[in-house]
Amino acid sequence: MKLQTGTRLGLYATLELAREPEHTLTAADLADRFGVSTHHLAKVLRTLSAAGLVQGGRGAAGGYRFTGNRRRTTLMDIVALFEPIPGRRRKEAGEETAIGAALQRVLAEIDEIAEATLRSVSLATLLNSSHDEG
Amino acid sequence: MIAIRPAQASDLPAISELDSLLTGSTKPDYWQDMLAPERHFLVAETGTGALAGFIAGEVRAWEFGQPAAGWVFAIQVDPGIRLEGIGSALFEALAAKFRSEGVTRVRTLVDRKDHLILSFFRAQGMVAGPSLQLDKELP
Repeated sequence: MKLQTGTRLGLYATLELAREPEHTLTAADLADRFGVSTHHLAKVLRTLSAAGLVQGGRGAAGGYRFTGNRRRTTLMDIVALFEPIPGRRRKEAGEETAIGAALQRVLAEIDEIAEATLRSVSLATLLNSSHDEG
Repeated sequence: MIAIRPAQASDLPAISELDSLLTGSTKPDYWQDMLAPERHFLVAETGTGALAGFIAGEVRAWEFGQPAAGWVFAIQVDPGIRLEGIGSALFEALAAKFRSEGVTRVRTLVDRKDHLILSFFRAQGMVAGPSLQLDKELP
């Protein structure tokens, strides 16, 4: 499954901050960690902040910390902030034909599985599994 | 204080009632069959002896071509006392039964739209297994 860059950065940043909720990291710290520009990451952090998942300090030196619920927040909650939920995309040209409809059923099946997977993995579950592997 | 023990025939009415409350379907014969000796049917009970939840499963070999694994058929926890680790304790107790039978894998089937139960099994460390379930309505 291909996620847009902003979505992936949103997931990385949320998970990195949720790993140690009592710690703060600046946008520059996070950008450095993921090898992206601070400007790009600042935009992602604004989206996460508006959703109540992180809270940012003021100014360039202000750190961000995780303010969500690790057990209740799923990967889908974060993906949905940045791109359409799989299976809820707008109709595309050609879908009205019989072949288009049959193809759409196959693609919808894939989307449904992707959505179920992303909705069932909480931040806590993912952080536990990364700990097991780390 | 929660205690986990094997289910007995006298637990069936409470099991059936909890399941029917949560699934909307009543299937007493199915729960009766779960008491078969080759199956593991466990209940969690509160300090006062009330049913807090249950889990049922069995070790099956070569089911759908797969080597022996422990299958979880059903798990339910009283909605009033969720998030207290009862489901995890039941899952662990069943896993211990499976390990004592020599299997090293546990498996289940879940409705992919039931995100609550999917999240529960994920939190137990389960991931997508090697099989895909296929299905068709017979004309």
